[in-house]
Amino acid sequence: MPIQYYLFLSLALFCIGIMGALMRRNAIIIFMSIELMLNAVNLLLAAFSKMYNDSAAQIFVFFIMVVAAAEVAVGLAIIVMVYRKVHSVDVNILNRLKH
Amino acid sequence: MDILQIIFWILTVMAIGCALGVVLSRNPVNSVIFLILTFFAISGHYLLLNAQFLAIVNIIVYAGAIMVLFLFVIMLMNLNADTEPQKSWLVQLAGVVSGGTLFLVIIAAISKANLLGVINTETTNIGLIKVLGQVLFKQYVLPFEISSVLFLSAMIGAIVIGKKDME
Repeated sequence: MPIQYYLFLSLALFCIGIMGALMRRNAIIIFMSIELMLNAVNLLLAAFSKMYNDSAAQIFVFFIMVVAAAEVAVGLAIIVMVYRKVHSVDVNILNRLKH
Repeated sequence: MDILQIIFWILTVMAIGCALGVVLSRNPVNSVIFLILTFFAISGHYLLLNAQFLAIVNIIVYAGAIMVLFLFVIMLMNLNADTEPQKSWLVQLAGVVSGGTLFLVIIAAISKANLLGVINTETTNIGLIKVLGQVLFKQYVLPFEISSVLFLSAMIGAIVIGKKDME
């Protein structure tokens, strides 16, 4: 199995995540697209770990998962707070820093 | 064709199809379900890559904890309707074009880079929890402890942000 297959797979997942973050207006969907991008990078790290027969990359994937869990907790708290203030999770409403 | 290659292609099609479902489905609950399926496909890839511990942690942490948190928030906000306002088609087209351009540019760079790596299919023990624990608690013990501080601060931060206003 060439490493290119895994590169192209994680690249495709990453670009789908970027498209989702740019296309959608729902803040939760944008957040889920970011999770998708993180997972694409994790998959590539695991593939390189297998290729070089080194388990340090898997430790790094583990740390990325830890940071992602912390990020989700804080981010969802922020989204719930925004929903409580403006009764919407539409990111187009959240442009008050412009004025 | 080897049985492992067949499993690889099935998991790849499942991962990319469900990732497209996350982005394209109108209902946020369907997006969450598609994302969980994507995580299961990625866990299958981890199993193919001899990362057994990561496969289990991916299912427990991502599909089990994080996505349930997403689902709870969606249910709490009562967002499971298809009435979400859409961006104009011009902005959507711009998003697809920029994502696709990045895809093509990195594919061109990779094919020029002439990466010669082959992932052999023989099983190794680098992904077992015994080996990973040895590495984690010998070489990477300081980042591990710092991540516990990160978790504490994330927990306190989430509580402080989510608290109702005092006045």
